[in-house]
Amino acid sequence: MPRFVALAYLTAVLLAPLTMVFWRTFQHGLAPVWGALSNPETVHAFKLTLIVTAIAVPVNTIFGVAVSLLIVRKRFPGKGVLNAFIDLPLALSPVVVGLSLYLLYGRNGWFGSWLLGHGIQVLFAWPAIVLATIFASVPFVAREVIPTLRELGDEQEQAASTLGASGWQTFRRITLPSIRWAVIYGVVLTTARSLGEYGAVAIVSGRIVGRTETATLRVDDSYQNFDLTGAYSISLVLAATAVVVLILMTVLKPKEQMA
Amino acid sequence: MAESHANPVALRLSRAAGTSERAGTALSLGLVSTFLTLIVILPIAALVWESKRDGAHAFWQVVSSPEAVSAFKLTIGAAAIVALVNAVLGTVTAWVLVRDDFRGKALVNSVIDLPFALPTIVAGLTLLALYGPRSPIGVNLAFTRTAICLALCFVTLPFVVRTVQPVLLELDTEMEQAAHSLGASGLVTFRRIVLPNLLPGILSGLVLALARAVGEIGAVVLISGNLPYRTEVSSVYVMGRIESGDPAGAAAVAVVLLATSFAILLGVGGLRFLVTRHERA
Amino acid sequence: MSIEIRHVTKRFGEAVAVDDVSLEVETGSLTALLGPSGSGKSTLLRIVAGLETPDAGEVILSGEDATTLSPQKRNVGFVFQHYAAFKHMTVRNNIAFGLTIRKRPKNEIRERVEELLALVQLQGFADRYPAQLSGGQRQRMALARALAAEPKVLLLDEPFGALDARVRAELRDWLRRLHEEVHVTTVFVTHDQEEAMEVADRVAVLNRGRLEQIGSPLDLYDEPASEFVMRFVGDAHDLGGALVRPHDVALRREPGDGAVEVAIERITVLGADARVELVDGDGARLAARLRRDEVEELDLEEGEILWVRPERERVFSS
Repeated sequence: MPRFVALAYLTAVLLAPLTMVFWRTFQHGLAPVWGALSNPETVHAFKLTLIVTAIAVPVNTIFGVAVSLLIVRKRFPGKGVLNAFIDLPLALSPVVVGLSLYLLYGRNGWFGSWLLGHGIQVLFAWPAIVLATIFASVPFVAREVIPTLRELGDEQEQAASTLGASGWQTFRRITLPSIRWAVIYGVVLTTARSLGEYGAVAIVSGRIVGRTETATLRVDDSYQNFDLTGAYSISLVLAATAVVVLILMTVLKPKEQMA
Repeated sequence: MAESHANPVALRLSRAAGTSERAGTALSLGLVSTFLTLIVILPIAALVWESKRDGAHAFWQVVSSPEAVSAFKLTIGAAAIVALVNAVLGTVTAWVLVRDDFRGKALVNSVIDLPFALPTIVAGLTLLALYGPRSPIGVNLAFTRTAICLALCFVTLPFVVRTVQPVLLELDTEMEQAAHSLGASGLVTFRRIVLPNLLPGILSGLVLALARAVGEIGAVVLISGNLPYRTEVSSVYVMGRIESGDPAGAAAVAVVLLATSFAILLGVGGLRFLVTRHERA
Repeated sequence: MSIEIRHVTKRFGEAVAVDDVSLEVETGSLTALLGPSGSGKSTLLRIVAGLETPDAGEVILSGEDATTLSPQKRNVGFVFQHYAAFKHMTVRNNIAFGLTIRKRPKNEIRERVEELLALVQLQGFADRYPAQLSGGQRQRMALARALAAEPKVLLLDEPFGALDARVRAELRDWLRRLHEEVHVTTVFVTHDQEEAMEVADRVAVLNRGRLEQIGSPLDLYDEPASEFVMRFVGDAHDLGGALVRPHDVALRREPGDGAVEVAIERITVLGADARVELVDGDGARLAARLRRDEVEELDLEEGEILWVRPERERVFSS
């Protein structure tokens, strides 16, 4: 009985709708799908999404690992506050994230007025999209790495230091190999979020077709303009990416738990 | 100017071995704080600043306007319903994944995370494909409140499952066997023995689901139709205010959403504190 | 290398872990830091290694002030209680670590590792991972790793604490022999007095962060400087307001000479020795240790009344 309830719920909410997307996309064969995907504006949207992800993921990975090391290994006042702020973006609406940046970098914003005065356009351009994506995906690496570091303990690192390893050598040879699965898992989650961010990006990008439109915005745009094939085709590519992400998550998870 | 946030913290570091290490800690703490300040804290400060720039009266006028109130009520109501559905069905799903055994369980287990991986706008479109105007099964939920709940269920599905699952895995089945041997029926054992142990896990999953549901926009925006007073949630309302050139109004409602997020985190944090009493010495 | 600890104090919050301790460890010696848990012995060892910084006092290594020197620069080998094995590296790479980061030539590293593998009897295990070793093997690997870069001091924190009794006894012998072979200044921490007495040539007894006494095992047993040392090192019982060792308890059949009246509760024969458990009129218990033939000669029986007198006793002013 519980099995039936659980499977029925998953099917109704998750599996059946996903199957429908496949069917809807290829309803009229492959040609319209290819047509929709090779549309230059769509290609541009995908390119922009990839570039934004390529910036946001490394930035958040370095930040996530550094902040995890600080929180787990060092003692300093204000640690609790720092810890709370890292998790904050998880609890925030993407709309709040987007609007915050919109106001900070807008014409009358604290930074925006100065930057615009010096000819630097952040809002409605790619820098704002990058900032919004980084903001929304800040916590993922740290959330995976912090518990792994805690569990690892610092004995191996101390052993390395008594054997003459410098701080950097200890990090490179002992700490990083021990937390690598947690880092990779965090990177996978960050990538998924970066590729899929909608709300925050919708606000700060200005949604200029062929210029500041990302893949998720393109889905919305196509749907609103009754280009269902376009919307479904782009969705399918994004869903396929999600499936790859999912497979990576499944493959990486047990390893991370064993470590 | 951002460095000034980090420096007082960095200066009072505890005595660690070697001054170079201490300097290294101070430097990385400074960099990390600066990054977090620039990316997260300053934007939020700008949002709060903007919302109260025209004074408390203006803020209140926006927030208490009938359309904003209606959107907020809908948001909270839908989020609460979805959180409860998740608490029940998420726990059942976690139970099935840990205690039950059937072909394809591993597959089901990995599919649970799909909503984490799938872009929210795609999730919305996906639901429209099955439960929209051209529904092949004849169920058209588009532009209804039910659709909003459905979309929120989709995006919040993994939270409770993933917080309850590890607790269930660790749970000692001997405790249940002891209860059975003392004459407790299956249902009584679940209610009196298993559930109290799962409650902290359920609650933390619930908070995450609730926070996520209150702020969600991508999954909702296509399927809800955004009809004012009927199917417009707060996040969509904020977006609408921005698009119609009223950033101050948008900021006011966004601050309410921000405060709601904090309240959820604090409120359930307190509840969790009560529920986990027995784990503290 | 000699170690000199001068007036070292270390606090953790309110708690004083090490309280104004001064002691010297001579070059080439094998010294035990002995004490119950919470006596500050591990903290003191970690201060010598540079893993903790003292709040006050100095650590002098080979005559040079090393108090603020980082662990990397002290050239000490440290063996952790739970091995601190590098889980993602093979035994070979674990042992080679100290040499690899010093960028020694590859063939030199290979030779040295082979030498150490032989020394710790792990020749066949070079390509295994720590998870595939037993506790004793892991501990020997940790020792080899600590010795690889030829440290001037070897520090071991409860090196046998996590092992079962039989392996522990084996490793004790082995550590003694190793010390005779390698002759590096060695300090190890233990809470087991038997282990300290058996392995070390000098023992420092710590209690509540303070140094109670330092000396040879025999000194500690025969000339304990405090009641704590007397009780902690070997058995000791109260007898008429003094402390006495079980083999210093003389049994008689007649009263007199201030002897105390006791009843025999139980006689346990342990090979050539016998232990006679006694209880006095107030219900206080003590034990006498005799040779088995003495018990037979005296014809002792359980339940009998006897008189006891200490042959050697000690009174400590508290």
